[in-house]
Amino acid sequence: MQTQEKRTYQAVIGLEFHVHLATRTKMFCGCRVAYGDEPNTHTCPVCLGHPGALPFTNEKAVELGVMAGLALNCEVASRAVFARKNYFYPDLPKGYQISQFDAPICTGGYLDVPVPEGTVRVGITRVHLEEDAAKNVHVGESGRMHGSVGSLVDFNRGGTPLIEIVTEPDIPSPEAARATANHLKAILQAIGVSEADMEKGQLRCDANVSIRKPDGSFGIKTELKNMNSFRYVERGLTRELERQQGILEEGGRVTQATVHYDPVADEVHELRSKEEAHDYRYFPEPDLLPLELTAAWVQEIKSRLPELPEERKARFIKQYGLSEYDAGVLTADAELAGFYEKVAAEADPKQAANWTTGELQALLNEAGIGIPESKVEPGHLTELIRLVEKGTVSRSAAKDVLGFVFETGDAPSAVVEREGLASMGGDELSGTVDEVIVANPAEAGRVRDGDKKVIGFLVGQVMKATRGGADGGRVRQLLMEKLDGQ
Amino acid sequence: MAEDSRSELLSLSAYELAKKIEAREVSATEAARTANARVEEVEGDVNSFVTTTPQLALERAERVDARMKNGGIKLWESVPIAVKDVLSTKGVRTTCGSNILYNFEPLYDASALLNYGEDMIVVGKANCDEFAMGSSTENSAYGPSRNPWDLDRVPGGSSGGSASAVAAGEGWWALGTDTGGSVRQPAALCGIVGLKPTYGRVSRYGLIAFASSLDQIGPMTRDVRDSALLLQAIAGHDPRDSTSANVAVPDYLAELEGGVSGLRVGVVKELMGEGVQPGTRETVESVVRGLEGAGAEVGEVSLPHSRYGLPAYYIIAPAEVSSNLARFDGVRYGLRVPAAGVHEMYRKTREEGFGDEAKRRIMLGTYALSSGYYDAYYAQAQKVRTKIIEDFRDAFSRYDVLVSPTSPTVAFEIGSKINDPLAMYLSDICAVPVNLAGIPSISVPGGLSEGLPVGVQLMSDHFTEPTLLRAARATEQVSDFKFTLKP
Ligand SMILES: [Zn+2]
Repeated sequence: MQTQEKRTYQAVIGLEFHVHLATRTKMFCGCRVAYGDEPNTHTCPVCLGHPGALPFTNEKAVELGVMAGLALNCEVASRAVFARKNYFYPDLPKGYQISQFDAPICTGGYLDVPVPEGTVRVGITRVHLEEDAAKNVHVGESGRMHGSVGSLVDFNRGGTPLIEIVTEPDIPSPEAARATANHLKAILQAIGVSEADMEKGQLRCDANVSIRKPDGSFGIKTELKNMNSFRYVERGLTRELERQQGILEEGGRVTQATVHYDPVADEVHELRSKEEAHDYRYFPEPDLLPLELTAAWVQEIKSRLPELPEERKARFIKQYGLSEYDAGVLTADAELAGFYEKVAAEADPKQAANWTTGELQALLNEAGIGIPESKVEPGHLTELIRLVEKGTVSRSAAKDVLGFVFETGDAPSAVVEREGLASMGGDELSGTVDEVIVANPAEAGRVRDGDKKVIGFLVGQVMKATRGGADGGRVRQLLMEKLDGQ
Repeated sequence: MAEDSRSELLSLSAYELAKKIEAREVSATEAARTANARVEEVEGDVNSFVTTTPQLALERAERVDARMKNGGIKLWESVPIAVKDVLSTKGVRTTCGSNILYNFEPLYDASALLNYGEDMIVVGKANCDEFAMGSSTENSAYGPSRNPWDLDRVPGGSSGGSASAVAAGEGWWALGTDTGGSVRQPAALCGIVGLKPTYGRVSRYGLIAFASSLDQIGPMTRDVRDSALLLQAIAGHDPRDSTSANVAVPDYLAELEGGVSGLRVGVVKELMGEGVQPGTRETVESVVRGLEGAGAEVGEVSLPHSRYGLPAYYIIAPAEVSSNLARFDGVRYGLRVPAAGVHEMYRKTREEGFGDEAKRRIMLGTYALSSGYYDAYYAQAQKVRTKIIEDFRDAFSRYDVLVSPTSPTVAFEIGSKINDPLAMYLSDICAVPVNLAGIPSISVPGGLSEGLPVGVQLMSDHFTEPTLLRAARATEQVSDFKFTLKP
């Protein structure tokens, strides 16, 4: 939305996350949680919904769910109840999903999300435990159920432990929604609750979005689905808000609907849903006893909770003397923060932060990858910072060096040698300075006569001759020495 | 083996048979052959089974005999048994009395069966009302079972096939399941003993659920001692069933003959009145007088909310069943009626697969759980359930054992109630409060009325089966009834 329009229409966004928990086994049976294996190799009567089979709760999943709730500043329930969510679908072998309804494990938390303008506090409505559905595979050209020749079901995913995290509709913009998602992901990874790999489907995000009208009244919300990256969350929300605003400006009414974002066309499509009024007929799962979560147990988990991004950020500011912003950027991504700490252990922390949040981050963004996929190792950056400090390479040449390292994964020193990017030092630079003095006698004369303003021109000439391979300060010093001494 | 020695074997209780086999006077294999022969003889009349498994019974009996030579077996393992067709038996067709599972072979054995022993000598899978919903076995897709006392009458239900099998000697005992009287009522109607243990006493893993919060597997036997022995065989904690109780299993035979001297016995006022046939009431009263004579302290007790038990039950049980039966969708196993598109396939499969009563209860339950109706029905029924639990708690503060008829009537004629669901439901009016409260209860034959057996229902507090069985044993002794094979 444009700034102009913000004054009149206000986005109201709430997010809903489904997060696979990092357990070894499934939510209600002993089958392994595995990704990418041969279909239907991790199944048993329980997760296949065979008659007579009964669920038993994975305690580790409960623990991880509680950890997530604690990290999101939630209240942990002393008694949580599993409930059945009833609906028919081939990927749902029991005809119901075991979830939680009116007594979830955690409620009432918040998340302080760093955004360029400061912080947005996003309320966390609830965190609840549930099992994932299996995966339908549609055989045929379209790859979707409609128009397919047949459908197969892979039950390997069925029963994978999940938490659903629901935020309050506190998020003011698509940018803030993306930041919220990123920040949440960082937290979940930092505390080891989930690997949160979106490509593996370990983290999924839906959004509820509406527009508050100029008169302050709330609009009808739509549900935006099918966003398999946070970039799409931002873009999808932007498109959907544009769509809703367009309807309102033409005097129309937004209708409650599910909307899909098509990233290829960069468009949103309203789905005509026949199952508009879904009644899931929730009721307490009679096959499972309520979870009794004692205060002592919750306290014990709290004491084992690893450092959260906020805590890490505060530590970065204190320990490394970083700015609020730099510390925020670094700790928003657990991988990036870990990378930074390794660099900062061996090199000047401020330089390490500048390089990590600056050039390296820019390269990562451009390539659309994260630290784990990058060829740049912490040792590379440490070495590069040292080379600059020693004057072996100039600051500007070092950026090029990093570019080569990013592409090849070669050590900076090897890149410097191969690409001839070393700063000119000693005799060679002195020779070039001499050549510039000879080539520009008029300007050199004026400097000799005390007109120091002209020296900048000569420095520029030297830099040009060395193609940026010299340190500007060193050049200036050499020029002064040579012209003063004569 | 000679005909008369077979009939001698058939006259024994399960316990007596097991002792005879233990003493090597007869083999388990011979017992299995005897059971198989008896099935051949009477099955055409009584239709106790959906599937008979004579070959399996023989193979397992041979294994039991072999194991006896190499060290020994648990006492009960040598006794041929009938297993209700809602209990999962690995590789043996398990239909739940439904067309929707007409071809279904489970991948595993129910935990209760494994507790009994891997070599359980199963003579067949006993007929029942579809998914255990009914009181006459007329809701089975495999035809009604018949009461061995009068083949024109129902054996009760839903475990009617288990009851008729025991009464007819097709195996020495049977397992049934009891959600709202489904072990006790057919036991009463067929003149045998039926025990519903405390909820959580026997694992439900592998019991194909009707109503999860009410279902319990129970012994159906010729006498009370057999009931104690069979409970011993199947009881125990099971980590695979979260609702199974981690409570030590006592020796159920130890106190059996302890008598009722000083035992406080309360006759439930509300279950002795309206709707109870005079002959049934008189039989119960006569048994109570017998218990008093044996030293029990007899009084009258009120369960004021028991009259709301049946309505609450007919909300809670259908609500759970509407969800429990959702998995029968034609996708993975059982009946599939092909159709264009998955939703049409669901519809056709379930239309053809389920019988009228199953559909009726799915609709009732779906309605009761629907948004807008949940509070008025399901939530309200749960409140009633709590009231009934409190009634029992109150009663057990003053009495050790409560007494009532098991069923308000003796066995009724096949076809007489099948088109009147409410009349059929009333058959379980005395039995249902027990399931809502989760307490143990047993039906013991108290005598005859109009030439048909009358069951006396005893109830006790959670996990007090030893007391319940002791009272039941005394009831058996004071009653005017002796088990004899029918027909
Ligand atoms: Zn499994």
